[in-house]
Amino acid sequence: MKDETDPNAARKAWLGLLARCRAADLNALWAGAALAPDHTVLRAPEVGSVMVRGRAGAVGSAFNLGEVTVTRASVRLASGQDGHGYVQGRDKVKATQAALIDALMQTDQADAIRAAVLDPLQDQMTQTRATRSAKAAATKVEFFTMVRGED
Amino acid sequence: MYVAVKGGERAIDNAHAWLAEERRGDASVDELSVPQIREQLKLAVNRVMAEGSLYDPDLAALAIKQARGDLIEAIFLIRAYRTTLPRFGGSVPIETEAMACDRRVSATFKDAPGGQMLGPTFDYTHRLLDFKLAAEGDVPAAEEAEARDAQTPHIMSFLDREGLIQPETDSDTTPPDLTRTPLELPATRDLRLQSLTRGDEGFILGMAYSTQRGYARNHAFVAELRIGVVPVEMDIPELGFAIEIGEIEVTECETVNQFQGSKTQPPQFTRGYGLVFGMSERKAISMALVDRALRWKELGEDNLGAPAQDEEFVLYHADNIQATGFLEHIKLPHYVDFQSELELIRKLRREAQANTAPQTDTSDASGGSLSGKMKEAAE
Amino acid sequence: MQADALSGGFANAPIDAAHAFRHIMQVMAQPGRIETVTGGTPPAPLSQAAGIVLLTLCDPETPVFLAPSRDTQAVRDWITFHTGAPFSGAAEAAFAVGTWDELSGLPFPIGTAEYPDRSTTLIVECDALSNTGATLRGPGIKDSATLSLPETAAFQANAKLFPLGLDHFLTAGDQVAALPRTTKVS
Repeated sequence: MKDETDPNAARKAWLGLLARCRAADLNALWAGAALAPDHTVLRAPEVGSVMVRGRAGAVGSAFNLGEVTVTRASVRLASGQDGHGYVQGRDKVKATQAALIDALMQTDQADAIRAAVLDPLQDQMTQTRATRSAKAAATKVEFFTMVRGED
Repeated sequence: MYVAVKGGERAIDNAHAWLAEERRGDASVDELSVPQIREQLKLAVNRVMAEGSLYDPDLAALAIKQARGDLIEAIFLIRAYRTTLPRFGGSVPIETEAMACDRRVSATFKDAPGGQMLGPTFDYTHRLLDFKLAAEGDVPAAEEAEARDAQTPHIMSFLDREGLIQPETDSDTTPPDLTRTPLELPATRDLRLQSLTRGDEGFILGMAYSTQRGYARNHAFVAELRIGVVPVEMDIPELGFAIEIGEIEVTECETVNQFQGSKTQPPQFTRGYGLVFGMSERKAISMALVDRALRWKELGEDNLGAPAQDEEFVLYHADNIQATGFLEHIKLPHYVDFQSELELIRKLRREAQANTAPQTDTSDASGGSLSGKMKEAAE
Repeated sequence: MQADALSGGFANAPIDAAHAFRHIMQVMAQPGRIETVTGGTPPAPLSQAAGIVLLTLCDPETPVFLAPSRDTQAVRDWITFHTGAPFSGAAEAAFAVGTWDELSGLPFPIGTAEYPDRSTTLIVECDALSNTGATLRGPGIKDSATLSLPETAAFQANAKLFPLGLDHFLTAGDQVAALPRTTKVS
């Protein structure tokens, strides 16, 4: 589904990661990176909702499923880059951190941020996801076990 | 006679204080934390999110704690909170094909591509009380196996490819929202689905069961039931493209229902659809059955007069917050209404007694039956 | 989106929006009253008052119609970032911004018998506002009030549509006044 030629793919990826990760995990990594970039607030952190839509029959026309809590914030670094954070849940600190990281990722600090925050965050989430998938896989029904018999 | 009712304030304050104390229960027992509810009463949390129409497990867990486990009260709290949130917009429709499935079963194809995974299900438990849970103890880790990496295709897509199932038509118009604009009938399918997914689980289950027992029977097979996490994307104007703003767990049920065919169309299967927040499998299956029953008109079926085919009946009674609000208000003071009823019944009795006493006149001298008069008086 | 569009919103949204809402409500409740609103700085050619009315009352569910004189990319971006409101033609608009010459006579919805509220609120950009000119009478006005209206005939006709009809804000610089459909103009 991922469009390989999408010029925004990298930014989409880090914004999505910041939106989905646990606030405590991001907070720990952010604190560990000891960053305090000079910035102004374009949009103070704001808790709101987004109406989630589904599709009738999974592929048909859209309908409203219900809302999800989302917090957003926007910042501008002293060096001029704008950062936007849209994160799931109601954590204003997380939204601000996400916006700052989004802005910093557009500066020459990007590699450092990636190594200190984004990569570890991605690893944690990949690990959690993999464990869950592995547990689900263990409940897979093997209809032919009966005829296979004892090895 | 109207008597102003005042003086309840202190009683109410004291009732609230006692409620708080009772909510805590025996203080020698450890207090429940919100994370404990979120993690260990997850299915209750899911129901509160689905019917409260707000996906936020921490808030739902808090609501359950505050409501002392009364889920409808908890749903009420979530609905009330939801109205305080500014809405940033609507998501891109979620792609359940991209779901990381915890569970995925099919009642129609044994060898479904992607395989069948039972997930953490109650289905094959013996429904015997497990007294080990009454004692504290660590749970052994679940088994793991190698997972496949690819997406899990929808089973319906295979029937679709063969033209055996009624196709769904995609459209990118913004669906109507019954939380913003009052429900008007006849309702389009998008509105019905929204109403069903936030409707009361017990009500939707009862309606679905009625279709199975013969009221608008449409013989559903669960083609696929899947539970797992999907990302939610939204277009962000200041970025100029869509990003993931979170991920949610949902349960999806697709049913395949009896043939239908007409002079112009060969026989085809039809479909019902259920999609619900969280792991809510009973609700998702029920929703699919009721969705299918409500589609009789667009599929050219007969109206059999069954309750589940009556969209006014289903949609106007599915919401447990509307229902409980109207139901429970009748326990609140109606002193004035009742006073007038009381006076009316006394007057009618006086008249009835006067009429039956010595008179040998023709029946009902005052004209009209008692029920007729009650009705007149009520108007 | 241009970088300038991202600034100029309410600095302290909950407080600033509450103050602005209070003023906006007061001018609508007391037609003829003129209030000064602050807290937001929209891009030109939108007046500060018109911008603040939009910031306070608009969200993703209120389509906005911009008349040609106000329809610039900077204004669009600013409204999008700060309110999320979509843009529409006159016939679908919940709010419309422009000068009276531009807005007058356009096919704005006036509501329906079941839902009189499904009508457009016009934000009429004026050169100046003062308590001179047309005489206003009706709900919220003790005896009578005066307000510098761009004309009278259209507002008289609008009032005759009650309970349907359009509501109006009049804006100039940082000043705002209002003319709801309930007010009789002479």
